[in-house]
Amino acid sequence: MQQYEWDFGSVLTYWPMLLQGLWGTVAISTLAILLGIVGGGLVAAMRMSRYRSLRILGTAYVEFYRNTPGIVHFFWVYYAPPVVANVNLGPLEAAVIALATQSSAFYAEVLRGGIQSIGNGQWEGATALGMSSKDALRRIIVPQAARRMVAPFVERSFEIIKTSSLASTLAYGELLYQGMQIASITYRPLETYTLLALIYFLLLYLLSSLAKFAEDRLQEV
Amino acid sequence: MNDTTPTDAPILRCEGLRKSFGNLEVLKGIDLDVKRGDRIAIIGGSGSGKSTFLRCLNFMEQPTGGKVILDGERIGTPRTGRDGSETVTYRERDLMSVRKRVGMVFQQFNLFPHMSTIENVMEGLVTVLRQSKSAARTRAAEQLDRVGLGDKLDVYPSRLSGGQQQRVAIARALAMDPEVLLFDEPTSSLDPELVGEVLRTILALAEDGRTMLLVTHELGFAYRFATHVIYLYDGVVHETGTAEQVFRNPQKEKTRAFIARSSEFSL
Repeated sequence: MQQYEWDFGSVLTYWPMLLQGLWGTVAISTLAILLGIVGGGLVAAMRMSRYRSLRILGTAYVEFYRNTPGIVHFFWVYYAPPVVANVNLGPLEAAVIALATQSSAFYAEVLRGGIQSIGNGQWEGATALGMSSKDALRRIIVPQAARRMVAPFVERSFEIIKTSSLASTLAYGELLYQGMQIASITYRPLETYTLLALIYFLLLYLLSSLAKFAEDRLQEV
Repeated sequence: MNDTTPTDAPILRCEGLRKSFGNLEVLKGIDLDVKRGDRIAIIGGSGSGKSTFLRCLNFMEQPTGGKVILDGERIGTPRTGRDGSETVTYRERDLMSVRKRVGMVFQQFNLFPHMSTIENVMEGLVTVLRQSKSAARTRAAEQLDRVGLGDKLDVYPSRLSGGQQQRVAIARALAMDPEVLLFDEPTSSLDPELVGEVLRTILALAEDGRTMLLVTHELGFAYRFATHVIYLYDGVVHETGTAEQVFRNPQKEKTRAFIARSSEFSL
């Protein structure tokens, strides 16, 4: 068997491209997470609505995203609007929309799970004092649910950051796409993807340390 | 007809109260008048509907039929359907104002675990009654002092015994100064040696003339506590009277049997 000669040096000379890719990943992930939280709140509210039609709509939304592959969403958002509505989206917009709509479904489940994990006794304790259900939610339920939601929220956010690599299929310059470019220039795919994995790892490890810190702070109370 | 002076008029009244869960009819038409200062013990076997009945009075459960009248005012908006049957809609606003006036103490306390003892008691004062934090804090401290927990103001519920937690819950309900106070089996989830402190707290309220309804299995306590006793059987009032009448001289066979069964092993 021939000895493989590892050569990270030639890949690393393209570090500005990797840095740009890292920025791209952080940018779409951040946007998708922020929009996803808002969308997730809406979908969770629908799923817990007293109106049956809204509940069905919310459930359908979640089930759709849960049971279809992410890459399909990226393709649809990018290629369907020009055909269907004569609207052209750039790779950034398409990627953010695809990722945000998907994360809305997942965050909705995190929110719903957290809120529904708080026993009915807490609702009763609050409303028996004469609180509106809005106040009960704000003062009693959400503060308790928030602590339980941190861990699944972080878990979901990591999934979103990793899923953002699908944006490479739309030729959006995030980490994976940049890596693919470098690999084809240098003919060093093994080194390139190893490096990519390392960058993802460091990014997520840094974030999980921050999340752990936040979680500890929340549990202290 | 008798003239009724305002003090004689019932503060809380229900007429033909019904409640079903699906096909299961739990309450089959209950009438009750509660006058100011009354202390009513509701007793009955498990499944008799006693807790459900109490929970209908502050709308933790929504009745499926009949009327609840608080201080002369009917709760909810009745509508008569084409077939002459009446459906009542209860708006959140209406229920909120009932619950401000009719407090409740639960079997499982339902304290807010993310708040200290005093914050638990302040919560209704600040969020519902819109009191300032400082006024609420003063009042909450008074109420906690009254139930003997003046030294536990900044402790979290998880650090308290069951009996102490229930006394916080009583202070929380009392702080709102409700016109009627409901107790739903307040000692049923307590270890036997913690029951006494809670019952003594409730008896002390009786001395203040507070209007109270209590669902309990502690018949000995019910006897000392109550001005009136209601024995529920199968979703209806089977027997009612003063504590003396119902406990010492029950008229109905089922009441007699229930009391005998319930006190079989008392010391």
